Amino acid sequence: MASYNTSDFRKGLKVQIDGDPYLMIECNFVKPGKGQALYKCKLRNLIRGTVLDRTYKSGDSLDAADIEEIAAQFLYRQGDQFVFMNNESYEQYELTAAQVDDAWKYLKEGMDCSMILFNENPLSLTPPNHVVLKVEYCEPGAKGNTASNVTKPVKVETGAEILCPSFVEMGELIKVDTRTGEYIERVKA
Amino acid sequence: MPGTRRVRLDAPQMFFLVVRPDAPYGLARVTDGNDYLPTANLEVLRLRAELLRRTRGFFDGRGFLEVETPLLSADTVVDRHLDPFGVEVGGCMSSAPRRYWLQTSPEFAMKRLLAAGAEAIYQITRAFRRDEQGPLHNPEFTIVEWYRVGDGLEEGMTLLGDLAETLFARGPAERLSYREAFRRHVGLDPHTAAAEQLTATAKGQGIDPPASLSPTDRDGWLDLLLVELVQPHLGRDRPTILHDYPASQAALAQLRDDGDTKVAERFELFVDSIELANGYHELTDAEELARRNRENNRLRELDGKEPLPVESRLLAAMRAGLPEATGAALGFDRVAMLAAGAKRLDQVIPFPFDRA
Repeated sequence: MASYNTSDFRKGLKVQIDGDPYLMIECNFVKPGKGQALYKCKLRNLIRGTVLDRTYKSGDSLDAADIEEIAAQFLYRQGDQFVFMNNESYEQYELTAAQVDDAWKYLKEGMDCSMILFNENPLSLTPPNHVVLKVEYCEPGAKGNTASNVTKPVKVETGAEILCPSFVEMGELIKVDTRTGEYIERVKA
Repeated sequence: MPGTRRVRLDAPQMFFLVVRPDAPYGLARVTDGNDYLPTANLEVLRLRAELLRRTRGFFDGRGFLEVETPLLSADTVVDRHLDPFGVEVGGCMSSAPRRYWLQTSPEFAMKRLLAAGAEAIYQITRAFRRDEQGPLHNPEFTIVEWYRVGDGLEEGMTLLGDLAETLFARGPAERLSYREAFRRHVGLDPHTAAAEQLTATAKGQGIDPPASLSPTDRDGWLDLLLVELVQPHLGRDRPTILHDYPASQAALAQLRDDGDTKVAERFELFVDSIELANGYHELTDAEELARRNRENNRLRELDGKEPLPVESRLLAAMRAGLPEATGAALGFDRVAMLAAGAKRLDQVIPFPFDRA
């Protein structure tokens, strides 16, 4: 397995500790002039999100985490399982609701997403930045009100609720920013 | 500090706005591919120049001679924790390639000058240390180094304290022995405490030690305790000179009997908890230096590092006779950083290693 020596340590390094993948979010080099070099690191567990403080001395090494980003298509949802397919290998992955996290709100069948694999297993999923969703249900808007500062929740085809301007109607298509969950604009069919 | 303006640290693009008024507007806003820009602005560079002038004035006024010695040398300091950059030279025509070293400090050459009759010398030059990079480290840095024949530990510390006052105007330096500092801030005697006591204290204080730090590596644990528990208290109100280091950390300093233990006549300057200078009442015994070099090489090999040449022209000079002297070296970039109120060296070095 590939490994990183302390002289390779820097912010952004992806390493493996006790079987879990970690992102080095801070690495502070400390060295008394005539003494031993220490690397005081903060590492974020990429599965659990917890942060670990670890000190290393020069000459130590950490295993590199086998992390790969792939393009994967969302196939279908089956209860709490979300099924994706690797666009290159056609291999299928089943992700839990926890792994999919907020992305479920935007997943439409056939949608291309970006997936992070750790040791060839899915770690996380990112939908495209912008998705177009159909409004399944909403309260009717006040006639003639085109102000965008008056909002209402609308239910879209995935079952998620998105806050939209009050002029949005049932059956319309809306573009949503998946990073913020915010409505951007109406889209013509 | 008197005579120094408060400086701006932000906006390295200020440099361009000042020297290149014709630079296209928005140049400095480019976030990618802009690593040709300096990271220290022009105001900081003026402060560096002023501090250099003040340093030269300090030594010139005391009758020191400014000298220059090679950056690239066939000799190098043999230290367990100092790694020089090796450079292959020669190899053309009939000469075989030879390994030279970029100096980690000008120590060897300057002591050879002392052995040849120089009495008080200083130098402002560059030193290089491999794998030392961080907020307070740049692999290439500016070093101020000086020696005066006839000085002992006392005179050496006085001179360093005077220089600190000249540069920082933070009052006379306080002196604190390594033993007293550890008694006060760690609660043990660093010269006599057993290794188990050091490890237990570190763990009891919530310090996270490197897993690979051997429980028998006394100096490794002392370094850890120094960095974590002692250093935060040093140089807070006024500069601190820490002195009388453990004999095992003598480097090139003489040893002295101190009660029932031996201490090294080595001293360091701290300002705002940052280590700025290191000095020795210099070792003059050639055979003792050769012995320490061999011991350092033994430890380097245990650490998986290459051994460094034990023999050197310094050893030859010491065998011929090195006069009693005390000397010290100061990290000039850190001085500029503190004087500018900066937190990282790259704020005061125009082109740090990543942009060199």
